[in-house]
Amino acid sequence: MILTTLENVPGKSITQHLGLVQGSTVRAKHAGRDLMAGLKNIFGGELKGYTELLHESREEAINRMVEQAQSIGANAILNIRFSTSSITQGASELFTYGTAVKLD
Amino acid sequence: MYELILFLVLLALGFGFGQYLENQHYKSIIDRESSLKHIPAIATKHLPAEFSPCSTQMVCGNVVISIDFFKKFVSGLRSIVGGRVSSYESLIDRARREAILRMKEQAASEGANYVFNVKMETSSISKGRRDSVGSVEVLAYGTAIIQPASTT
Repeated sequence: MILTTLENVPGKSITQHLGLVQGSTVRAKHAGRDLMAGLKNIFGGELKGYTELLHESREEAINRMVEQAQSIGANAILNIRFSTSSITQGASELFTYGTAVKLD
Repeated sequence: MYELILFLVLLALGFGFGQYLENQHYKSIIDRESSLKHIPAIATKHLPAEFSPCSTQMVCGNVVISIDFFKKFVSGLRSIVGGRVSSYESLIDRARREAILRMKEQAASEGANYVFNVKMETSSISKGRRDSVGSVEVLAYGTAIIQPASTT
């Protein structure tokens, strides 16, 4: 599976367009991490716990997108975009989408 | 009375540690930026034709940075009179540069020469009490172009 933010893959041509695929996950904050974040709000600096949490969640969203693409027989996803939205206080949705295609 | 003392202590801690951490962070950003200069990040969508023999790999970097108590207080004062909120400007600048650096570090570990079609995404993740923004998340992502060693 080739993942790219470009509109084409160099040296390969698209044989079939299979439409939009997407993956999303909603994550809530962890109470312990939230406490640490409260402390960090006094001193400033990076919130490592959150950075990791969001990174893991995004990988999960990518995995779901890849699963969807595999189930419809694609071998590449082009033009991938990420998007984040906060649904309620303390939970956010990480969303990723792209175009599934078949390359030769 | 105790509340006032606590407030002043927090303000002083925020000012001291916040300034120190920001200076340290800027120093490390500038160091790493100069060491990763050989991988340009480009916002163009299309690859030039002469790039053809190469493989691609999606790379991304994210960071969450929190504001300190002193800056939050200053920005609160600023919101009364309006104008530039410079305390938030440096926060977001640091977050963006750090995210791009992490993306480039991932690209460097893949042996890439360029990162194409770089996109950025900013969101405030923790809206704390009194609805004030406490921290921002920046995600930078793009496609790393890995050229075979012979063509470079």
